[in-house]
Parts: sequence; C-alpha cells; structure tokens
Amino acid sequence: MSSNVTPTAKPVKSTGLHVGEAEPGVRKVDPILTADGVKRTFGGLTAVDVDHVEIPRGAITALIGPNGAGKTTFFNLLTGFDKPDEGKWEFDGRSLAHVPAYRVARMGLIRTFQLTKALGLLTVMDNMKLGAKGQTGESLFRSILPFVWRKQEDEIEAKAEELLVRFKLDAKKEDYAASLSGGQRKLLEMARALMSDPTLVMLDEPMAGVNPALTQSLLDHILDLKSQGMTVLFVEHDMHMVRHIADWVIVMAEGRIVAEGDPHTVMEDPAVIDAYLGAHHDTDLGATDTENVEVLKELIDDEQ
Amino acid sequence: MIDWITIFSNAAQELISPTTAAYALAALGLAIHFGYTGLLNFGQAGFMALGAYGYAISTLSFGFPVWAAVLVAIGASVIFALILGIPTLRLRADYLAIVTIAAAEILRLIFTTNTFDAITGSATGLQGYKTGLAALNPIPPGTYGFGPFTYNAFDWWIRIVGWTLVVLFALLTWLIMRSPWGRVIKGIREDEDAVRALGKNVYSYKMQSLILGGVYGTFAGMIFIMPRAVVPANYQTSLTFFIYAILLLGGAATIFGPIVGSMIFWVLLSFFSGFVARAVEVGWFPFMTQVQAGQLRFILVGIAIMLIVIFRPQGIFGNKKELAFVK
Repeated sequence: MSSNVTPTAKPVKSTGLHVGEAEPGVRKVDPILTADGVKRTFGGLTAVDVDHVEIPRGAITALIGPNGAGKTTFFNLLTGFDKPDEGKWEFDGRSLAHVPAYRVARMGLIRTFQLTKALGLLTVMDNMKLGAKGQTGESLFRSILPFVWRKQEDEIEAKAEELLVRFKLDAKKEDYAASLSGGQRKLLEMARALMSDPTLVMLDEPMAGVNPALTQSLLDHILDLKSQGMTVLFVEHDMHMVRHIADWVIVMAEGRIVAEGDPHTVMEDPAVIDAYLGAHHDTDLGATDTENVEVLKELIDDEQ
Repeated sequence: MIDWITIFSNAAQELISPTTAAYALAALGLAIHFGYTGLLNFGQAGFMALGAYGYAISTLSFGFPVWAAVLVAIGASVIFALILGIPTLRLRADYLAIVTIAAAEILRLIFTTNTFDAITGSATGLQGYKTGLAALNPIPPGTYGFGPFTYNAFDWWIRIVGWTLVVLFALLTWLIMRSPWGRVIKGIREDEDAVRALGKNVYSYKMQSLILGGVYGTFAGMIFIMPRAVVPANYQTSLTFFIYAILLLGGAATIFGPIVGSMIFWVLLSFFSGFVARAVEVGWFPFMTQVQAGQLRFILVGIAIMLIVIFRPQGIFGNKKELAFVK
C-alpha cells in the first residue's frame, strides 16, 4: 500500500529501552505499562495469554502479529473494554484491574479503534471538544448555567482549533464528521484523542484504509506525539511503517508474545517468521496464504 | 348535511388543549431519550401513569398539597427510571426497549387490579383530585375567550399551567442540549464506546437522560389528568406509540418538533374522527357502522406514521443529516 512512503524527516529512534537480552517479556528501563499473566478465553479459544510484557515510556512501540493473534483483544483488555479471566496489569504504577474504560481514559491512557469511531452526526468541532477532560459543563446541573462553563468552553475551542490546524482539518470544522473520508476520520480520531493530553496513546491500526497521501501525514503525526513526550503503542500490519517509526516491536501470535526487540533485529527472529508463515514454511503445502507471503516479501525487500 | 363548522372548531380546540400539552411534554421527554441519547424507551406511558397516579393518590389518600403531590410523582418516576436503567443500560439498546415496554404494562396492570382497589380505584380509576390545583387558580370564575376557544376559569387555568410547563421544559431542553452535557449525550447516541474511550462515564449519562426524560413524562401525566379522570386504560402501550408518532412527525432530535408534532397530531386526529363520524351519520360510507368509524382514525394514524418514516424520516423540523431512522 505505502511502499514508497517514508516520513519526511528521518525519525530519531529511541534506543537502550530494555534491560538484558531482548526476548519475550524482557524488562524495560522505564516501563509505563506492564502486564502480568493476562489471560482471556472465548469458550475454548485462548485469545490472549501474555505472561509478562512491559511497554517502554516515551517511545513508539509496535504490536504486530498475524491476523487472529489477539492484538486487538489485548488492546481491549488493557483499556478496560474487555475483562481478562485472570492477570494483573498496571499503568504508571496504578493497577488497571476492574477499572472501567472511562476511568482508564481519565488516567491518561487514550485509545483509538480499528474501525474508526468518528461520531458521524456531530460536527468535527464537537467531536474535538468531546475529547477534552474535566469539563464543568458536562454536569447536568451546571450545564443549565452557561456562564459557569463558557470560559472553559472557549479555552477548549481554542485548543481544538489549534489541533485541527495541525491535522489540516480546520476547513472542515463545521461539517458533520460523517462527511469526512476514511483517512480524515482516522486523523480526527487521533486529534480528538489528543484533546485530553494523554500520556499513553494506543492506536489500533492507524493506517488501515488510509490512502497513501494521508499515510505520510499520519506517520508524521505519530512521530510528533513522541517528540511531545507521549508514549505510543500501536497495532499495525504495514511493515514499512513499523520499521520506519517504531522504536520497539512486540510480536504476538496465537495470543502469546513470541518475540520482542528493535525493529531490525526482531524481523530476523525465527519465531517471527514462524508466526507469520507457520513452522513448516519451508515445506510445500500447496496453497499458500497470500497475505502472509506479502508481509514476508515486504520484510525481505526492506532488508535489502 | 355535514356540520363543517363543528368539525373544524372541535379540531381547532385541540391546538391548545391540555391533552395536546401533555403529549407534547411526553414527546419532549422521549426526544431526550430517543432523539438525543438514542435510548429506545418504549415505556413512556409508564412514566405518565406514575405522574397521574402519583399525583392523584397522594392527593386523595394522603391529603397532600399540590407541591407535595408533584414531588411524590417525580420521586416515583425517578425510582422507576432507576429500576429500569440499572440492569439494562449496560446492555445493548434493544434490551431497554423490551424492559420498558414490559415495565409500563406491569404498572398499568398493578393500577388495574382489584387488589389495590382502595387506593387505585382499580379499573374505574380515580377522580376528585383537582381541588388543590383549582384553589390556586387566580382567574375569577366566569367564561372567557372567543369562537371555539371559550372556556371557564378552570379550563383556562389548566391550559395556562400545561403550556407554561411545556415552554419551561422546552427552554430547559434547549439549554442542556447546547451545553457540553448535551454534546456527551449526542456522542453516546452516535457511538457509546468512542465516548467511553474519551473518559466519559456513559452509564451515568444514560441514566441521567433516562431519569430526566422520565420526569418530563411524569409532568405530562399530571397535565393529562387535569381535564379528565385517572383511568388505567389510558396508559396502554398505544399511548407510548402515539407519543412516538408525534416525536417522529416533528423530528426526533428537535425541540419544536415534539410540540408542533403534538398540535398537528391532535388537530388531525380530531378532524378525522369528527369527519368520519359525521360522514357515516349522513350515509357517505354505507359499508361502515358508527363503531367501526371510531376506530378508523387510528388506522389513519398508522398510515400517517408509515408515510413519515418512508418520505420524511427526519420529521418536520429535523435536519435530514442529523437524524434518520436508518443510519
């Protein structure tokens, strides 16, 4: 999709994030999010079974893996949208177990969705304003008294305006979000997430369905988040994107974490190749899974 | 010959009748539930019944003054909203629809059963609760007005009270829907998971909306019983569907929609029933009896709802972009 798209400036990679050998569950120098023994089953299927994982602070971490590896389920578990059967997980030293999704968001862990959730019949500006935290006017009783929340509302509007300019959506601010293109909705969702000044931004497939022209600016925006001191965790299938912007890569397969490392070394890990192609990738099985072959080709291309 | 003047003047009276005001208020409450929050409340008749019985029982059985009776009615519908909302608001929207329609029927059957005859008056209902409100009437006794709008002091008084309440609640709705609270509510209508991911307690907002719209319904119930007696048969499921018809006619996510919708609905209903009854009398519809003619107007209402949904899904005042039945 985006084989010739690279960020405008060569991103500055963060290094020295881990302690000891880069292996699944390796300790990080400064983890922002840690998960221990998180397990989620749907009937007989174990969707997620993560022994230990730490997400490094102030870096861009990519979560990759073949379809059905449990990446989105893991996202849902971390953000309170789903409850694990067992396990502990902490954000900034605070336990997230039994914390409802909206409280997780208030702690500063904001997520986006794989299927974009722009609020279609609200204007772009209203979408943005909704993202701001701690609004006085969001209480039913105070909402009747405009003078109580007017000043804060103006501040929020100014902030939203600034972000919309940055994301080049300012010309659309009075339009319904439903009138935006798929890529613009992704931008809006990301901009909206930033309204709450999050410390950790979790993006579920930020590039899915985005045309190459917008991919460019999305990549730059994600790099921007890092330069502003935020931590980013994203799920992505596009290996070029992972390679170019991620500082750390976590590979999931069949619900487990099979490899971790910086983007260049992790791609050479035999466990990663197994995850994408199966352990018997060197024997001819007849029909091949085209998508996974695509991914591997991209990897090989990139290496050269 | 058909007496057109009577038909038209009867229809015109519905414009400002307390019943129209009551339906407008109930529809406004439903606009908060359905139009703004996306809650499928099919039990608005239940909230109205609680308003009617809450007011009448506390006046008749306990001798409460007007203000206390109103508070009892509000309290009853807040409790009712909590009972409905606590188990269902965490679930998908359809469950609320099922639970509300059943709960409203349960209420009606409780009010109908003979077991509580001493308090509820069972199927015959209650009357004689109007003295409290009548005592507050500042209009001196007499008959006022012109043409079809000629009423006695009490009739004017309940019209003034009813429509004042409608105006006040419309103003309140306008205020809260342009505030950040209204923004969250509309966001929930669009996608509650997205709003949750932005740190809003969706469950609490849905509960607030359910209670608020329910309180509107309660006030509607109290206005509704002023020109008539409290009879349980008035609070059937069809009452909820008439209110939905009004809401959809006017526009679900609008303020004027439910009010004007209620006026149009009642004027047309009165016109149709007057016309059909007279037409059968003079033999224009030889295939129809008087009893059948009485039911024909409801068939016409059904057809009208279908036509709205098909040809103008956003209602009269609605913005086509902002709300339609099918997304």
